[in-house]
Amino acid sequence: MSSSSEAPALQGFLRADGRKGIRNCIVVAYLVECAHHVAREIAGSFRGQPVHLIGFGGCYPNAYADRMMNKLCTHPNVGGALLLSLGCESFNRHRLAENIAKTGRPVATVVIQQTGGTKKSISAGKTWIEQALQEIAEVPRAPLRVNELVVGTVCGGSDATSGVSANPAVGRAFDMLVKQGATAIFEETGEMIGLEDVMSARAVTPELGQQLKSSVEKAAYYYKEMGHASFAPGNAEGGLTTIEEKSIGAYCKSGDSPISGLIKPGDVPHKGGLYLLDVVPDGEPRFGFPNINDNAEIAELIACGSHVILFTTGRGSVVGSAISPVIKICANPETYERMSDDMDINAGKILQLEASVDEVGEEIYDKVLDVASGMQSCSESLGHQEFVLTYKAFEPIGPACLPV
Amino acid sequence: MQVEGKSQKLLRIHRADNVLIVVRSVKPGDREVIDGHDVVFTQEIAIGHKVAARDIHAREKVYKCGVPIGSAKEKVPAGGHIHLHNLKSDYIATYTLDKDHVFVK
Repeated sequence: MSSSSEAPALQGFLRADGRKGIRNCIVVAYLVECAHHVAREIAGSFRGQPVHLIGFGGCYPNAYADRMMNKLCTHPNVGGALLLSLGCESFNRHRLAENIAKTGRPVATVVIQQTGGTKKSISAGKTWIEQALQEIAEVPRAPLRVNELVVGTVCGGSDATSGVSANPAVGRAFDMLVKQGATAIFEETGEMIGLEDVMSARAVTPELGQQLKSSVEKAAYYYKEMGHASFAPGNAEGGLTTIEEKSIGAYCKSGDSPISGLIKPGDVPHKGGLYLLDVVPDGEPRFGFPNINDNAEIAELIACGSHVILFTTGRGSVVGSAISPVIKICANPETYERMSDDMDINAGKILQLEASVDEVGEEIYDKVLDVASGMQSCSESLGHQEFVLTYKAFEPIGPACLPV
Repeated sequence: MQVEGKSQKLLRIHRADNVLIVVRSVKPGDREVIDGHDVVFTQEIAIGHKVAARDIHAREKVYKCGVPIGSAKEKVPAGGHIHLHNLKSDYIATYTLDKDHVFVK
């Protein structure tokens, strides 16, 4: 067990902007669904190597998706990027490539229509990646302190055990990380309905407290317009009855630290602390559900700089992610028995009265440091690299959201 | 967290709660003493589900982790299973799939 006051020496990948990654991957990014197959063929031929597939399927422009792609392609875990364009989509591939190049990362764009179609584009892309992998192998390493880590948390495939074992344990791990000066990000305002006052009271300023409360009210309105709370049939089968009850689960992942700020997808906090990520779009509901699945949330946490994701599950999710490793914390001991290959931490021990919430919290903290030092998480070693990005709309955050 | 009485199946998470969490599946015929009542379960209740920690009357707020999670739709006796049939959200209706896999409120 590592003592929280003596942070072990980690080695990060030093980027030109001073940020440090815990992984060093090439992203293959398609800029419209029409380029997806070519991108997948290229990425797929580097199986077992750090080449991850991401992309945006839409043909019409969207400021959110543009910002997400820019933040993801320049994430500290990313060493370089290959962009795949059909040629006629509206995504601004020129600006994306420029922004990546400005960060000192190798970048190339293959435009399928100009390159001569599928085969030639796949071949061109593969040739570029072979050389880019050699280039990023030279990226300098530098000591990475715990206070430079950004850790996000999400829950998926929740049941009633999530809220009583895994999620409180993540809350304890978050408390330990925040105490060490790290950045911890929780989200899902749509799953905090009914708890807005309890949460607001933890804000570092009253103005921020009001912002936190407003973000939950916005989520409540949005889901009402959608006519469907964030509540799947498996949740009820697992014993959860109401959105408020599910909210306890999502909420207690935040731990007990003061809340330092409210951010939106793509905002990277500049100092350590606990942050709420507001994932619900601003304005009238336009593009459907705020997040169509767990991976949409994971991508947003990563766009906010998360090096690693703590994913709690009761029913048993198996997903991972492109770019940043996902650590699975299984809340339900029966699920853990059945799906242990996919689970990094068995928080179900708490329900079997075999471990305390604090002990599992320490176990999670240690796992974060192990994964940050290069050890693969279960989903990572199984090859999970799910990714999804859809249309959304956000207004920038105001000054009350980041008071310090 | 503290265990309710000597139960190895039911877990009380917060002292303000009026529900207990099933941590080992309850089988028909299982007996538990809950709030002084000798309760004999007549149905299987899976882990993660909730039972009343005491008699709960209709429209009373139901507390879990010290936080209100909705209101009782009807009177629930101590040990009674609490779920979609007798607890409703105070915020937004819960949709789920019925036996025929149709979305219901």
